[in-house]
Amino acid sequence: MSTIAIIDYGMSNLSSVAKATEYVAPNEKVIITSDPNEIDSSDKIIFPGQGAAKKCMQSIFNKNLDTVITKNSKEKPFLGICMGMQILMEYSDENEGTKCLGILKGKVEKFQNKNNNKIKIPHMGWNKILKKNDHPIWSGIEDESYFYFVHSYFIIPEEENYTIGETDYGKKFCSVIANDNIIAIQGHPEKSSKVGLRFLKNFLEIK
Amino acid sequence: MSLTKRIIPCLDVDNGRVVKGIKFVDIIDAGDPVEVAKRYNDQGADEITFLDITASSDNRKTIFNVVEKVASQVFIPLTVGGGIKSVEDIRSLLNSGADKITINTAAIHNPNLISEASNSVGSQCIVVAIDAKRKINNSGEQIWEIYTHGGRNATGINAVEWAKDMEIRGAGELLVTSMDKDGTKQGFDLELMQAINDTVNIPIIASGGVGTLEDMYDGIAKGCADAVLAASIFHFGTFTINEVKEYLIKKGINMRITDD
Repeated sequence: MSTIAIIDYGMSNLSSVAKATEYVAPNEKVIITSDPNEIDSSDKIIFPGQGAAKKCMQSIFNKNLDTVITKNSKEKPFLGICMGMQILMEYSDENEGTKCLGILKGKVEKFQNKNNNKIKIPHMGWNKILKKNDHPIWSGIEDESYFYFVHSYFIIPEEENYTIGETDYGKKFCSVIANDNIIAIQGHPEKSSKVGLRFLKNFLEIK
Repeated sequence: MSLTKRIIPCLDVDNGRVVKGIKFVDIIDAGDPVEVAKRYNDQGADEITFLDITASSDNRKTIFNVVEKVASQVFIPLTVGGGIKSVEDIRSLLNSGADKITINTAAIHNPNLISEASNSVGSQCIVVAIDAKRKINNSGEQIWEIYTHGGRNATGINAVEWAKDMEIRGAGELLVTSMDKDGTKQGFDLELMQAINDTVNIPIIASGGVGTLEDMYDGIAKGCADAVLAASIFHFGTFTINEVKEYLIKKGINMRITDD
């Protein structure tokens, strides 16, 4: 039995992520934790998040989690979800500019309303993810599958090659990224019905 | 643009049981919220809304149990509304597994609740419900007035102005119900939907009045709704969610079709 740690830095409702993880991995131990030792001794990491970037970063620093998050992201399978994807980057435009963890190179920008292309913000609802590169996380998931999204900001990775999924909202943005141990998704696999559960299961099967 | 419009069935829950008549042919006990939610998920519901109508405050905690159970089995967004008064209530429901909370009367009594709630749990969790009725104001213009308590109490508040105020305070979404149309099966109040859509830039859910598939189409195409919430047409089996979606796709509306 392996241990899956869902990192709790006080900024989001983790019960949905935990319930979905328990559902796809009934024989694994799923813990919600903000304890650096527990995170360090777990086998796989899920890093969710909601809310504003600045508050998230403050909360991570207040709980002394920045070092352990960075370390573990390089050592074991690591899944960032939503804000947990965005704050892996170096910098976010949110809250007049927020320095983020800098685990992945790139930045975070807000959706813009252009005159001829009115989009509502937040981007809320079901949208397609277009696969860009092959990756074990896509096993059994069709191209252009629908995932559930709720967000106003999106990542722009420096390395385009890391993008393994894109989504179109006014323009195409990177909705799934993978680099070494790290996989991160802007949508919510825990809320994306069968397809989302498959995505979580695929992540948990990555060694 | 591939963001789909959403179809949301709404379930009334009393003392932990779904109470509006639901006709699923192969379910014997249609009052079990988990079974009902699963079935709607299988039919392709994009979200599920639970409206807690439990009158006795002693029994109100049963909704936590319902949410907890459903959230362990059904993995699409779950919205809960009915009688929510404080950030504390909101947190407890989110911890039980709800993704969004609908607030109606409490926002009228204390608009600051919306600011506090969106600051503490995030705008994405906060849906403000607006129940509005047509009215001609003193200048002879068509306006809409907000009502509370299921349409019984007039508030004197202009619904369109209120929508803007709620957006500024941090509402992530608006659930707009026309009290003139609710229960009539005559379609949505499209002018109300348009007036609010012209004023805010957050998603709007249309509710109240759906009778036909064309009403659904009009709500989205003409009323500019991002989502449509309906109760009776799904519960009484008039249409399945997939039937609605297939119809809307034929009319050119972008919908998520599942192979579940």
